[in-house]
Amino acid sequence: MTKIVVAVKYVPDATANRTFSADNTVDREGVDGLLSELDEYAVEQALQVVEAGEGEVVVLTVGPADAADAVRKALQMGADSGIHVEDDAIAGSDAFATSAVLAKAIEKVGDYDLVFFGMASTDGGMGVVPTLVAERLGLPAITYANEVTVEGDTVKIVRDGDTATQEIEASGKLVVSVTDQTGEARYPSFKGIMAAKKKDVAEWTLADLGLDAAEVGLDNAWSKVEAFTPRPPRTAGEIVTDEGDGGTKLVEFLASKKFV
Amino acid sequence: MTEVLVLIDAPDGKVTKPSLELLTIARRIGEPSAVVFGAADTGVLGEYGAEKIYQLDDAVYADYLVAPKAEALAQLVADKSPAAVLVPSSTEGKEIAARVALKSQSGLITDAVDVAVDGGTVTTTQSVFAGNFTVQATVTSGAPVIAVKPNSAAPEQAAGAGAVEAVSVDISDAAKAVKITSTSPKAASGRPELTEAAIVVSGGRGTGGDFSEVEAFADSLGAAVGASRAAVDSGWYPHSFQVGQTGKTVSPQLYVANGISGAIQHRAGMQTSKTIVAVNKDEEAPIFELVDFGVVGDLKTVLPQATEEVKKRKG
Repeated sequence: MTKIVVAVKYVPDATANRTFSADNTVDREGVDGLLSELDEYAVEQALQVVEAGEGEVVVLTVGPADAADAVRKALQMGADSGIHVEDDAIAGSDAFATSAVLAKAIEKVGDYDLVFFGMASTDGGMGVVPTLVAERLGLPAITYANEVTVEGDTVKIVRDGDTATQEIEASGKLVVSVTDQTGEARYPSFKGIMAAKKKDVAEWTLADLGLDAAEVGLDNAWSKVEAFTPRPPRTAGEIVTDEGDGGTKLVEFLASKKFV
Repeated sequence: MTEVLVLIDAPDGKVTKPSLELLTIARRIGEPSAVVFGAADTGVLGEYGAEKIYQLDDAVYADYLVAPKAEALAQLVADKSPAAVLVPSSTEGKEIAARVALKSQSGLITDAVDVAVDGGTVTTTQSVFAGNFTVQATVTSGAPVIAVKPNSAAPEQAAGAGAVEAVSVDISDAAKAVKITSTSPKAASGRPELTEAAIVVSGGRGTGGDFSEVEAFADSLGAAVGASRAAVDSGWYPHSFQVGQTGKTVSPQLYVANGISGAIQHRAGMQTSKTIVAVNKDEEAPIFELVDFGVVGDLKTVLPQATEEVKKRKG
């Protein structure tokens, strides 16, 4: 019986024109949101662990009202229940405050065995929240897994690094983050979509977690975005069609820029 | 002048170029003190401006994942009260930085591409939203902990005292929970490191799985080889060479995309490159919106011709 909490993030669609709000935080109004693609891999891996034995998957998110969509998608994929932490005071939180809210929520779940994360969000993209949650919970963190194997209470991963491939393991309660190399995430089936409608989603506020508004939010962040600038559009380049001399023309261009 | 702690990356004892870049950036803020885990060739650190070198040589740092290094670095932060902490923006560097920042109640900036100091205020520059925006940020709590990407500064030689001081820190049992049970080094390709290279030549779906033309062209230019997610997901090239949102972000002087359509996932990893060139059979491919020069054609014929032309010109 393995109980896995999967922490997921509701993010602005990475294929849309993302921008900033007046307070220099990520604009979450002007762009449609969805379950972060990189978190789908964490949901998938958690489902596979539970399906190979016995257990349950609880999906957890922190975010505004719309973030319920991210929980629903994970429930449609097969997670058993959801938790949505929503509180206006959380808006603009940095990675540290976000990790504090997630850690308190995970503590409130209490009887979990593992906590799964994606490798990073597709908006902020720092990739540090899994390790920060582990640090706050005092749990080991086994991160950037390309392959995950759970044997009893031991988790073994393979990590494909730049200079070496490593095998890493830890036992007991722990935090795991997985990369997009762990394997394709499933699409919700029609049956899954129907079943998700009947699944429980708990709604928690900061007060439910025993957290104070002064510990989270934009005003209490440890760093501040001072300014943002759109990258100047690239000026249209020269496009030629290969008529047997495409390679030569390419090198002529490189030579004109002193690359050759 | 106050100390700036600089986490040095030295796989197999050899100090990396991005580590020397960090020493150069650190001199803008204060006096660089290098922090080195394990045995390393520390001589070069003094040549690039390190006044002090804290050397922590203990098997615990190699045997367990990240946590012991973070504990030791946090201890140094507590002891030395540095003006800032700089680390390489690698997966390991960012995880160490995050833990150190939390332990010392300091703000954290990751993936910085520039660090400037004005009147004692450290301001970082980051490239966000797939490279579509640059952001200036400051840290408002504690000494800034900043993870800096490779190629963010040219390493400058500067004479530093380079005084080596052996440091020993008691690591908690809790930090020894995640064991590295095996490490298999990858064979060196002989090409420049992807994130550090001045020129990157990449291949995608259009290679059909055969990277030989891409590799030959890269070698003629002395370039690193990259791959799109489509090529990596198809098993054609290892994931550690993936350029894009879930792979490496590169910002070379020249980026050559071959048989890569240019989806947002890929653009996120390369669109801050100085000059961009593409070869693609599909004239509608979105990559052509980004390029300084593009060839609509088959990479299987265009690249071999280009390789020969480069060799001819180089004599």
